[in-house]
Amino acid sequence: MEKIYDLIIIGAGPAGLAAGLYAGRARLDTLLIEKGVDGGQIAITDEIENYPGGLSGPGQKESGAELVARMTAQCTQFGVERLSANVTKVELDGVIKRIHTRDGIHEAKAVIIATGAHPRPIGCLGEEEFTGRGVSYCATCDGSFFEGLEVFVIGGGDTAVEEAIYLTKFARKVTIVHRRDELRAVKSIRERAFANEKIDFMWNSVVTELHGPEGVLSAMTVKDTKTGEERKVEADEDDGMFGVFVFIGFLPNSELFEGLVDMEHHYILTDDAMRTNLPGVYAAGDIRKKPLRQVVTACSDGAVAAMQVEHDLASGRIG
Amino acid sequence: MFELDKNNFEEEVLKATGPVLVDFYGNGCVPCEALKPHILRLEEEYGDRIRFTGLNTSNARRLAISQRILGLPVIAIYENGEKTGELVKEDASPEAVEDMLKEFCADRT
Repeated sequence: MEKIYDLIIIGAGPAGLAAGLYAGRARLDTLLIEKGVDGGQIAITDEIENYPGGLSGPGQKESGAELVARMTAQCTQFGVERLSANVTKVELDGVIKRIHTRDGIHEAKAVIIATGAHPRPIGCLGEEEFTGRGVSYCATCDGSFFEGLEVFVIGGGDTAVEEAIYLTKFARKVTIVHRRDELRAVKSIRERAFANEKIDFMWNSVVTELHGPEGVLSAMTVKDTKTGEERKVEADEDDGMFGVFVFIGFLPNSELFEGLVDMEHHYILTDDAMRTNLPGVYAAGDIRKKPLRQVVTACSDGAVAAMQVEHDLASGRIG
Repeated sequence: MFELDKNNFEEEVLKATGPVLVDFYGNGCVPCEALKPHILRLEEEYGDRIRFTGLNTSNARRLAISQRILGLPVIAIYENGEKTGELVKEDASPEAVEDMLKEFCADRT
């Protein structure tokens, strides 16, 4: 073991990057670990309209990836160390926290958990089999495969409707499949969807099974939530396939911490300084139980958590 | 890494004499961009035993779909014209790709 960091941050989404920025400026010896892409969920979002000071509007459109690239640059300029690795195990109860990755164990006096969330699957038959073969949770990754084809978007919230609008750039027709009879998305987004000629709606509907005898998604069973009636929706014969994009919320990436810190419905509980029930362990961003999960609230959590770490280290409460 | 296109895919992958790894990526695919440096790093280690190639599916959608690729990224191994191993989207982590390569090479020693 070479060194003991002041702070290890797990996850480089907006919460982790903001925590890194504040920790770096506070001159805490900090390691930021990310297993995949900086930004997490936000990195694959086509457009961020509601981050204060972010670029949006006519001629000023900014993708999530562009916003995140600036956050990363800002974070690393203050000397935060980076590691690309998957955390496999954590030991959080001692004074020194031990974070296991495939290539070794990293130690720190404090840990900020900022592992975020992942898209909630439909939970229907065939979903796993057809992921990457017609089923997707990432419109910016996979939308272009459906150029000129038909696409179904599952969900009725902001993300679902925004991504449906984005998918009209490629698809011939986009049908929003929603379990209720009205959208939950905010009015400005709803209006854009209703005005888009390529967007159609399938109300009071849930997908119960996905089919594709050729190994590519080409049909689905849809159940009417009011009558309970099921019917099969088949791909246009000439197309032979269609896409299903799923945006029905998120599930927290908290498996690693299950039984170690206090949680409610798998979300980590903190006080308003982002402290968990374990001394020296903090949580920030979508992983926390909180009322609003947005880039702006994730950044806020990250800043609060990092400053609390500095305060707790300086006062001798931890470390 | 050898850059494939829709015209040379058959020659360079399906008719290749040795095993070939194909990194299927696309324009605007952020997870693909994040994975790329890891694939290049693995090429240094395994490139002598398996040929590393990449295909930008944005310029070869029909070809990608013919290979049952409708989601990115995908890291696949081809041998004798057949896809023998494949990691799709979330499953295509740097660690999983390395494991797939390790296993592939172990089977041949």
